[in-house]
Amino acid sequence: MSEVVLEARNVNKYFHDPVTNQVLKDVNLTIEKGVFASVMGKSGCGKSTLLYILSTMDTDYEGELLIDGVNMRNRTEKELARVRNEKIGFVFQFHYLLNEFSVIRNVMLPGLKLEKYSEKEIEQKAYEKLKLLGIESEALKKPNQLSGGQKQRVAIARALINDPLIIMGDEPTGNLDKKNSEVVYEIFNQLAETYNQSLLIVTHDQEFANRTHRIIEMVDGSIVTINHLKK
Amino acid sequence: MKIKLIASVSFSLMIARIKQTTVAAVGVTFSITMFITLLSFMGGLNDLLDGLITKRSPHVRLYNEVQPSEVQPVDRFSQFEGYHNFVSSVKPKNELPEIYNSREIMNTLEKDPRVSGISPKITAQVFYNIGSIDFAGSINGIDVDAESKLFAFSDYVTTGNYIDLKNTPNSIILGKGVADKMLADVGDLIQVTTSKGERVQLKVVGYFQSGLLDLDKVQSYASITTAQKLLGESDSYITDIQIKLNDLAMAPELAKEYARIFETNAIDIQTANAQFETGSSVRTLISYAVGITLLIVAGFGIYNILNMMIYEKMDSIAILKATGFSGSDVKSIFIIIALSIGVFGGLLGLVFGFCFSLIIDQIPFVTAALPTIKTYAINYNPKFYIIGIVFSIVTTYFAGYFPAKKASKLDPVIIIRGK
Repeated sequence: MSEVVLEARNVNKYFHDPVTNQVLKDVNLTIEKGVFASVMGKSGCGKSTLLYILSTMDTDYEGELLIDGVNMRNRTEKELARVRNEKIGFVFQFHYLLNEFSVIRNVMLPGLKLEKYSEKEIEQKAYEKLKLLGIESEALKKPNQLSGGQKQRVAIARALINDPLIIMGDEPTGNLDKKNSEVVYEIFNQLAETYNQSLLIVTHDQEFANRTHRIIEMVDGSIVTINHLKK
Repeated sequence: MKIKLIASVSFSLMIARIKQTTVAAVGVTFSITMFITLLSFMGGLNDLLDGLITKRSPHVRLYNEVQPSEVQPVDRFSQFEGYHNFVSSVKPKNELPEIYNSREIMNTLEKDPRVSGISPKITAQVFYNIGSIDFAGSINGIDVDAESKLFAFSDYVTTGNYIDLKNTPNSIILGKGVADKMLADVGDLIQVTTSKGERVQLKVVGYFQSGLLDLDKVQSYASITTAQKLLGESDSYITDIQIKLNDLAMAPELAKEYARIFETNAIDIQTANAQFETGSSVRTLISYAVGITLLIVAGFGIYNILNMMIYEKMDSIAILKATGFSGSDVKSIFIIIALSIGVFGGLLGLVFGFCFSLIIDQIPFVTAALPTIKTYAINYNPKFYIIGIVFSIVTTYFAGYFPAKKASKLDPVIIIRGK
């Protein structure tokens, strides 16, 4: 058994508006290092909600969340921001790049915030990440000059800049065509296989999920099956 | 490093919304410009009007009022000590409003370190004769040198040379209004009747214009010796001693002290001109109120623009938060935006305000009442500029604080889910 990077114990979550409604029921989950996991389920089954709890952005839940063996309960907003910055990389359905900054600057932003390396080193790393994703030639352009697939790759590069413990994706291929979805899958797969990167991706795409290491299937706020495909 | 990063995000947001940012900054610039211009102009006007009175007034004036004696003979009679005495219809003694021992008093005052200068004066009531018509007036006998030095007498002599008053015997400088009535030119001889009934001829050497029309219609100036001659008194006869102090604020205190020591009446400038003090402070208050109102309006503009910016840039705020920027970082970003608008707008406002003041300073302002004034007066007090910039920073800070706080509270989950 390899090292556990993320663990959720008995996570429950309620929405109170307009009526109290339990959206997550006793969710237990562990992700080990190097695992490429996908979360499947119908719309409204709570998979995105789970992802936001696991990513520390949503703090209104019951149960325990451990990232890198550290409990995330009773942390200040600043500490959680630091955890997100250092240990989690995000890729959303929408790219959320800042159009005012160049591509390279967008990738550098979380690194600059972390302040672990000098600006020069961060720039160097950002170039490496862009190169890894095959878009280093677009580094100095503005995000709105790029195609949808390129933008999503920039977003992935941004997620990678601080060498996170785990990459979380909320339907990262949801807005992309077949070809670009394929590219994004290839990148994720390469990260998991070559760099031993942990990934947790929420998706609707059955074909995408089938090629991951593990499929976590959710129905009505509970995990019904965990399907270990590889590893 | 952290500040640099946050500042760079702030500036990129401002550049992204350069039009709104400019409008907000122009609002601040406009209000600071008006604030500075208004206060400088008001300040100048206040100085001008105050100067009209205070420059020409002694800080303490010693004089003798014709008044009944406080101690009546019956009070001195030992037999009636302890009785209540009623004396009705008490009249003052027949004596002139002369200051006794004036030479001694002046010597003492000149040695007093708190006094910057003194100038003796005689007020003589006369009739100006024009043919068969007489009209009442007064002639002030002055020490020409001391009067010009302490009370800028020379500034108000609009025609002729003030020093001729000292050098020409039996000369007079007529009030402009008196001269107009008497049709007297410089060099003419005029005739006045003294209160004792003597007729005296005096040579006109100049006109005097104080800016107070009523005063100029009755008052003229002569040297102190000429005035003593008019009254037929000795050269020690003086009715007023005007004192200028080193510190104006000490006037009320010193007036009391001198009244006690020299046994004369004494009045200080604050008591004599209380109404001017009030006028100045009310005018200043009004200009501050208008200036501050303008700034607050500009503050609302900044508040609106930042609010809009937050709505438009919600995605960016969400992603910044998702990738590890804390709420306080986001708050700093928007406060930096607000403060930059305040600082740049404010500094520009100071420059424009100064320019406007310079322009107003050049606008001709000629009035018969104020002979020494050629253009509108401006007070370039650095205090106004300091208040202006401090105020612009404070208002923009508060205008930015509330939107910034809102942005820091934004929940990234809601925004990201909303897509």
